[in-house]
Order: sequence, then structure tokens, then C-alpha cells
Amino acid sequence: MELLLATAIGAITATGIYLALRSRTFELVLGMTLISYAVNLFIFAMGRPVAGRAPILREGVPTTLEHYTDPLPQALVLTAIVISFAMTAVLIVVALKLREVSGGDHVDGGDPAGDSGRERGDP
Amino acid sequence: MEGLLPHLAVLPVALPLLAGALSLVLLRHAGWVRAITVVSLSSLLAMSLVLLVQTAGGASWTYALGDWPAPFGIALAVDRLAAMMLTITAVMGIACRLAAGNEGSRRFDALLLFQLAGLNGAFLTADLFNLFVFFEVLLAASYALLLDGAGAARLRAGLHYVTVNLLGSSLFLIAAAMFYGVAGTLNIADLDARLATLPASDAGLAQVAGLLLLAVFAIKAAALPLGFWLPGTYGAAAVHVAVLFAVMTKVGIYSILRVHGALFEAVPQTASTALPLAGLALPWLLPAGLATLLLGAAGALAARDLRVLVAWLVVVSAGTLLAALGLGTVPATAAALYYLPHSTFAAGAMFIAVEFVARRRAGSSTPVAADYRIYAGRPVREAPWIAALFFVTALVVAGLPPGSGFIAKALLLDAAAATPAHAWIWSVVLLSSLVVVVALARCASAVFWGPSTAAAIPPAVQGTGVGGRGLLLAALLLLGCGLVMALFAHPSYDFLRQTAAALGAT
Repeated sequence: MELLLATAIGAITATGIYLALRSRTFELVLGMTLISYAVNLFIFAMGRPVAGRAPILREGVPTTLEHYTDPLPQALVLTAIVISFAMTAVLIVVALKLREVSGGDHVDGGDPAGDSGRERGDP
Repeated sequence: MEGLLPHLAVLPVALPLLAGALSLVLLRHAGWVRAITVVSLSSLLAMSLVLLVQTAGGASWTYALGDWPAPFGIALAVDRLAAMMLTITAVMGIACRLAAGNEGSRRFDALLLFQLAGLNGAFLTADLFNLFVFFEVLLAASYALLLDGAGAARLRAGLHYVTVNLLGSSLFLIAAAMFYGVAGTLNIADLDARLATLPASDAGLAQVAGLLLLAVFAIKAAALPLGFWLPGTYGAAAVHVAVLFAVMTKVGIYSILRVHGALFEAVPQTASTALPLAGLALPWLLPAGLATLLLGAAGALAARDLRVLVAWLVVVSAGTLLAALGLGTVPATAAALYYLPHSTFAAGAMFIAVEFVARRRAGSSTPVAADYRIYAGRPVREAPWIAALFFVTALVVAGLPPGSGFIAKALLLDAAAATPAHAWIWSVVLLSSLVVVVALARCASAVFWGPSTAAAIPPAVQGTGVGGRGLLLAALLLLGCGLVMALFAHPSYDFLRQTAAALGAT
């Protein structure tokens, strides 16, 4: 499971970074989303997840971490998911507005042909 | 420390959050919103002054929210440094509100209060994950403030700013998760204790996490390889937002001081520094700071836009602070702590001074991009008080004798003289000061004395029609704070020296 999880996180991060470095805002948003997925998986992984053990106390089971999955990273992941979701929403709104104002989806506010739109905007 | 006083720790976060929410509810009643803002800002200032007085004697306490004990609950910590940062934030918040006048949108007051809640939370928290959460609160508010009253340039800068900070947040989460993985806690004091007894096999992971965290804070502080987002962003922001943003880079500096000071003894202490990870950040801070300083000075010299020029001056101040922290001695840290409020106030005042130039050129309170060009060929003549404001602020910013900047730089150079890196510090700091003086002098001579080659400036708009009164009050407030720091330099330095000496002990 470790190998699978590590490979998955690595692959998602690599894809995310590749997309984030592209010049279109849509790909940028996708890339940032993938990176935040990878980060959430990573937080989860750092809590040493164990298969078949719930993070909830049960009767008759000693209250030590050997018998449970650590619940704290799951709480952290929940917070991180909420925050990264909200921030991605902000990014999408800014990207849409930029496209509306500058007439293109280049990250520097240009037209779809690929050249930057510096002549359109302010210096 | 008894009675209700310890509970004062939570108010600088809770009050602006509640007040911000309330002012959103009462959005349609401008009078109520204004009253809420005035009450919140003044009580924030009062609270931080009370905390400052309370902690000045060396008192510090941890406030457990909901009375949950430290490793499980989340805690706030109050000490001299936190109280000082709260005071600076409250002053900058007031200056921002004054400078905004009636310019901001209807939601501006709520955003300002949320931003202050995030800043205060970041300064007070004693928990690594909560530091992340408060970073996000202040960033979310700053995105909205930056984009307030959009426009192509501002949107472009906003997209870059949001992206860079999203990446920074991802790195922060990775670092926090690694700390949790090796130590099983995210409370900073707890983490410090666990790191001290860390098995050697996990030391590498902790080191990676610490350096990742340093990279995150360097993004916030705009240190050299990670700071290129700053000039474009600050250069595109509205003036009152830029004034508030002057304190934002300081959050990164503060976090380095707080987190790396506690976890890795980045600030050397009298206590033993036999930890395997001691001084993890120090070898990076000094070179990064000096390089940032040089880049900032070069950027100021190359800037063709008034606001971008001031934004590069913010980079200069971040570089100076990082270099001073990188020296890692108590006097150098105290000098950095003196330079920190000085540079915040001075940068805010400078943003206002250039706004006056642009408004005078535009003849209205809504200057366009062309009005911010330094070499526009439209000298601002017959405006003695704008020129005087620009001159005085530039003196303070550049660190020339009568102002607080001079004392800050003298303290820094004096502190550096006792360290092995003094040749680097002296030459780079003095060289960059010279370059900044040249850049400001050239800018002023182009703006006020330059030949007139373009269309004449429309006649001055009378009265406060250009929103000048609030801006002027904000500039006077910021310059006044700098003046107080300069007049009471000795007591403040003593206070800061004790602050610096106490940092690693917490």
C-alpha cells in the first residue's frame, strides 16, 4: 500500500506541476487542483493509515494508537480540503474575470494566440 | 496575571471576525458599518496596547481555547513579540481605513476586518496548523482586497498572486504533515520538545520539513528566488490596500522568527544549542537576505512606475530583515525588530506619498496607469506640501539621519560589526542604501522638477474632492509612529533587546 500511495501522490503532483506551468488559466486551475489533491493524500499518508482500523473509540478495545487509525490527520485533511476548495474557487473566479476583461485565457491576460496581452492593459 | 486579562488573548482574533460578519449583515446601512469599523479598529488598538504594556515586563502566557490542554486543543500564545506585531497591525489597519476614505467598495470594511483577524491570528497562534489556517484567512481577505475595483492589470496581478500563494499553502501543508508524521504533534512548544529527543533516523525528515517551511515563509516575505510576485501585486493594488499589504510581508518574517526560532534555535540562545537541527535556517537566511536586498535596490532603480518603485522598496526591507535575522545574534535580532515596524510604517507612508503625486497629475481621486509613470514628462509643480511629504517620507524610507530608518540601520550595522559576516552586511546594506537614495532622488527630480513634455496637469482640485484628507491623515499617522520610534529609540531598543533574548526560551 505504501508503494501504491507514494507512486500515486508522486504522479498526481508531477501532473499538477506540469499543468500549473502551462500558459492557459484552465490548465493552471486543473494543475492547482491536482496539487491540492496530492497534498491531501500526503497529509493522510503522514498519519500512517492502517487498513481495517477505525478512528473511532470502540468498547472493549484499549485506547492506544496501535488499535486505531490516528484521527487527527483526517481532521487536518478535512480542513485542508475545505480551504483548498475555496481557494480554487477564488482562482476560477479570477481566471474567468481576467478572460472577460482581457479577451483571452493566457495567464498574463493575453489573447488565445499565445502572445501576452501587455499592449491591452496597463504597463 | 489573574482575572479576565488572559482572555484578552483571543479578542484580537474574535472581535474583528465577529465585527466583519456583522458589517456584512448590515451592508445596506453605511452608517452602522462605519460605526462598527471605527469601534473595532480603536478597540483593537487599545487591546494591543494593553497586551503590550502587560507583556513589557516579560510576562507571557498561553491561552488554551475551550480549556483543552495543549497537545489536543489549539492554543494562542501572547508574549512581547506577538503584542508588538498586534500593535503594528492595528496601526496599519487604522491607516488603511483612513486612506480608503470613501474609495473602497461597500464590502471593504468587512474585508479589512477579516484581514486583520487573519493577521492577528497568525501573530498569536501557538499551533503550526492554525498558523496555516490564519494564513489562509488573511490571504483570502487579501485576494478580495487586491481585486477590489478590478481592472486588467489588477486582475493579472491577482491571478499570479493567488496562484503563488496556493502553491505556498500546498508546501505549508506538506511541511506540517511531515512534522506531524515525525513528531505526532503540531503545537509549536510541544513540537520543540519532541524534536529535541528525535531519533536520528527521523532527523532528516524533520530537516526537510523545516526547510520546506522556510521556503513557504520566504514566499510570504518575498525573499529572492521566491519573491517576484511582490512588485507586480503591490504595484497594482489600490493605495489603501497597498498600505495594509506593507505589513503582509512581515508575516513571513515573523513566522521565520517564531517557528524557526522555537524549533531550530534560529535565534541563538544562552541555553544549550546541542540539538541536531539547531540553526537549520541560519545558513540560508543571510545569503538570501543580502541577495534580496541587492535585487530590491536594483529593482527600485529600474522601476518606471511610482507604485512599483515603492513595491521594490518593500522587497529591500524584507531583504534587510532576513539578513539581520541571518546574523543570528541577539543584538542583530533586536535591530531587525526595530527595523520591522519602521519599514512597515515607512512603506505605507511612501505608498500614500506617490498616490498624492498621481492624484495631483490626474486632478481626481481616480488616477489611471499613466499618472503613475515616473517619467511621464508631467512634473507636479506648485504643490509644496506634496513635495514636502514625498521628501520627508523618502528620507525616512532611505534611512537618512533624522528618521527612524537611520537608527534602524545604525543598530543593524553596529550589531553586524561583532559577527564574522560584518564585511558582507556593511558593504551590501550601505551599497543598497546608496542605490535606494539615488533611485528616490532621481524619481523625485523627474516628478517635481522634470521638463514638461506632455499635456499640462489640470488645475488643482480644491478641498477634499480627491479624497486627500483621509490619505493625509494616514500618512501623518504612519510618519508620526516612525517619529515616536525615533524619539524613544532607547527605551524601544531595550524592549526589543529583551524580546530578542527571550525568543528562544519560549
